[in-house]
Amino acid sequence: MSKSKNKLLNIEDLGIEYVTEDGTVKAVNGIEIKLNEGETLGLVGETGAGKTTTALGIMRLVPNPPGKIVSGKIEFEGSNLLDVSEEEMRMIRGNKISMIFQDPMTSLNPVMTVGQQIAEVIEIHQDLSRQEAAKKSEEMLELVGIPGSRANDYPHQFSGGMKQRVVIAISLACNPQLLIADEPTTALDVTIQAQVLDLMNNLKKEFNTAMILITHDLGVVSEVCDKVAIMYAGEIIESATLEQLFTNPRHPYTVGLFGSIPNLEEETDRLSPVKGLMPDPTDLPSGCKFHPRCPYAKDICAKQDPNSTEIEAQHKVKCLIYEGLIDAEVKR
Amino acid sequence: MTSTLADKSRTTLKKKNKKRSQWAEVWRRLKKNKMAMLGLAILAVLILGAVFAPWIADYDEVVIKLDLVNRLQGPSAENLLGTDEFGRDILARMIWGARVSLRVGILAVGISILIGGSLGAIAGFYGGKLDTVIMRIMDIFLAIPGILLAIAIVSALGPSLINLMIAIGISSVPSYARIVRASVLSIREQEFIEAARAIGANDTRIILKHIIPNALAPVIVQGTLGVAGAILSTAGLSFIGLGIQPPAPEWGAMLATGRAFLRDAWHVTTFPGLAIMITILALNLVGDGLRDALDPRLKQ
Amino acid sequence: MGFALTVKSEGRIIMHKYIFKRLLLLIPVLLGVTFIVFTIMSFTPGDPAQLMLGESAPPDAVEQLRQEMGLDDPFLVQYLRFVGNAVRGDFGRSFSTKRPVFAEIFARFPNTLALAAVGVAIAVAIGIPVGIISATKQYSLMDSISMIAALLGVSMPNFWLGLMLILVFSVGLGWLPFAGFESAKSIILPAITLGTGAAAIITRMTRSSMLEVIRQDFIRTARAKGVAEKKVINKHALKNALIPVITVVGLQFGFLLGGAVLTETVFSWPGVGRLLVEAIRQKDTPTVLASVVFMATTFSFVNLLVDILYAYVDPRIKSQYSK
Repeated sequence: MSKSKNKLLNIEDLGIEYVTEDGTVKAVNGIEIKLNEGETLGLVGETGAGKTTTALGIMRLVPNPPGKIVSGKIEFEGSNLLDVSEEEMRMIRGNKISMIFQDPMTSLNPVMTVGQQIAEVIEIHQDLSRQEAAKKSEEMLELVGIPGSRANDYPHQFSGGMKQRVVIAISLACNPQLLIADEPTTALDVTIQAQVLDLMNNLKKEFNTAMILITHDLGVVSEVCDKVAIMYAGEIIESATLEQLFTNPRHPYTVGLFGSIPNLEEETDRLSPVKGLMPDPTDLPSGCKFHPRCPYAKDICAKQDPNSTEIEAQHKVKCLIYEGLIDAEVKR
Repeated sequence: MTSTLADKSRTTLKKKNKKRSQWAEVWRRLKKNKMAMLGLAILAVLILGAVFAPWIADYDEVVIKLDLVNRLQGPSAENLLGTDEFGRDILARMIWGARVSLRVGILAVGISILIGGSLGAIAGFYGGKLDTVIMRIMDIFLAIPGILLAIAIVSALGPSLINLMIAIGISSVPSYARIVRASVLSIREQEFIEAARAIGANDTRIILKHIIPNALAPVIVQGTLGVAGAILSTAGLSFIGLGIQPPAPEWGAMLATGRAFLRDAWHVTTFPGLAIMITILALNLVGDGLRDALDPRLKQ
Repeated sequence: MGFALTVKSEGRIIMHKYIFKRLLLLIPVLLGVTFIVFTIMSFTPGDPAQLMLGESAPPDAVEQLRQEMGLDDPFLVQYLRFVGNAVRGDFGRSFSTKRPVFAEIFARFPNTLALAAVGVAIAVAIGIPVGIISATKQYSLMDSISMIAALLGVSMPNFWLGLMLILVFSVGLGWLPFAGFESAKSIILPAITLGTGAAAIITRMTRSSMLEVIRQDFIRTARAKGVAEKKVINKHALKNALIPVITVVGLQFGFLLGGAVLTETVFSWPGVGRLLVEAIRQKDTPTVLASVVFMATTFSFVNLLVDILYAYVDPRIKSQYSK
């Protein structure tokens, strides 16, 4: 890897809560993320694990009310994003950090042309005239594989995959240091998914942009990411380099995730998915959040919240087994 | 995060649905809504007043009997809200007026629901040409502002309580037809209707047993708000002399007569108007509350 | 540039086609409206010829007039004759004044239109800004106050509000005239009376529409682009939120025309509404019929205008008609 290894993002102990009528939801609970320039992190987890909330937290766009960032810091290029003014934050959004959302069908303003929507982000962050911004927006369209002449069309005149290309054009228009892509291909057809993913990956390399790719698809992760963090019930329960995670997953949940993917090379009779369902976010289990579903769980797991244990360089697991409190070996 | 919350509310909903019936759940949500409860309390007082009016004030002796010596008296211990131009107690007339307003309001809405609901159900259930014809006719009715249609009907049929109800009822038929049709269309394609067909239920049975109960929620909401609208129209038509005829007490007619004495006796117009406003307010609060309670997704 | 131009003129042709199509669609609606109102009015008891000539007219004169008016013809023939005449601006003569009904209505129509227009203007000028502020500051004191005010506005009978305004501003304070049509000041109270209910409804609609739009993904996209919050609201949210509000404003205009009947009565405003009320009192069927038809027609035209405006605002609708 020839990429520069300057620290870009350092998140520590980030906690985000939603206060609702039925109780407080700890959507994100003390997570830690480190990312260097040009690197790609895969943030993996089931629906409701807190991935999108984490992303919105980095953008400081958690809807408030009901959401609130309650603890931690988000260091980006050395300054804590939780301390900067709203105006400074605004100059970072779309410029240094930009985000691609899950559903391209609803991510674009239906009453503005796509050209206007791309030009807008350019006009905000770059000192360009209206004409120059319009010209640049056409270039961005070409870059994502859409004829520049379609800049005057409205979103409803595009297909889902094309819309996501437009969203990508918006997010890359100002050449950001960090791109957060929240399940960018989930809402698209399988054939289009690959195209969009390739496009993102190529552009990211071309601009040396760091990326956080939120997904529940380990296959996508293996193609794109350098590092992986697995989220469960608002916590990162395992983080590692891509190679470490794929060759040596340690957390029972991670192992369970791999067990639910069909493997073409080995012959298995049946898949072994993780049993049970995500816990009710207003009523999380005590101790380790995963213990009700964990095949290795002992009594202590219901009482003690595990710490993150570094089992090898860059490989951390949040499980009592690695704190030496349970005698078990996690097997695939 | 939106998905998190949505999932959560869905799971909690499911949990509770198992425990309680749907209507108990609606009532539970409605009870939480303070404004709706306020509206319900006001309505309860109004309905009690209307039902027990004969025990509160005698119709012949108090409500319509002239007492010209005491005409246009302001509020006093004797007449809490004063007297009108014939010396009649305004409070007593207002209580009797509630009888008229509530009766016309509820019956007019009943007429609209019966006609509009049937037309909408037929249009939605059978679809095709029948649907097109019915809904085009409804569109034409909608092109005439409701109160004008009601005015035309009453002025042709002549002013009376029954004609008033018919006029107001007919003028809001199209909105119920639309609502019922829309919910029938959304229900018709659902699997439980197919299942009912598969076990040999005929059309009438499907309409009565499956479609109507499911279309009920939006109709109840619209009906509650519709009673408010009907009471407002009744008062409006009476105000221009097309409604309840004197000496029967009706809120709109009462404040219309007070108009001539605005300068000297403000209370004659003010209080009946307040009665109308409070009634409509209560119905609106309950209607809004019901809408939120019946469809929690719409609640902001 | 040349490309953009052709796109624009193409769009204009599409719009022209759309407007033309909508105008054609108006014809069956108006035929339907006149048919309904004509049918309803035909239930009016009494012989129109007798009513026209008065109680004491000799029977043979009444019979002769019946012949002339074609009152013995089948119902459908009478209706078609009515439509045929109406298209040429002939709605018959008033039973009471004996003057052509069309002229009577036309003389008063501008007054009703002015009243309704000022009423709508007041409603829009209050309803939209208050609705936006309420939505952007949801659950604030300002939001609570405006929502309670809107609730009262929706619940108030407008004729009563009119009388209360007269009580306060004319009888009490003596600031404004309570009736008639003398000066520009005369329109203030009736327009407020008429506009209040619509203002309340537009406020509520704007607020809920805005709240819905604010929660949408593209608003999040705009914020993620670094668009300033004020611009997120005014540029991205507002235009989308106003689309349903436009429909409501159009519908409200119809209610205002209906409400004008009551308001004009309260303020003795010389408009079509008051003409209608007087015509009803005098059992002047041709005037009643024509007034209702006239107002319903106006309402239909306003709705047409609203739909055209809609197509201009919402590109999705425009492109539906380009196919």
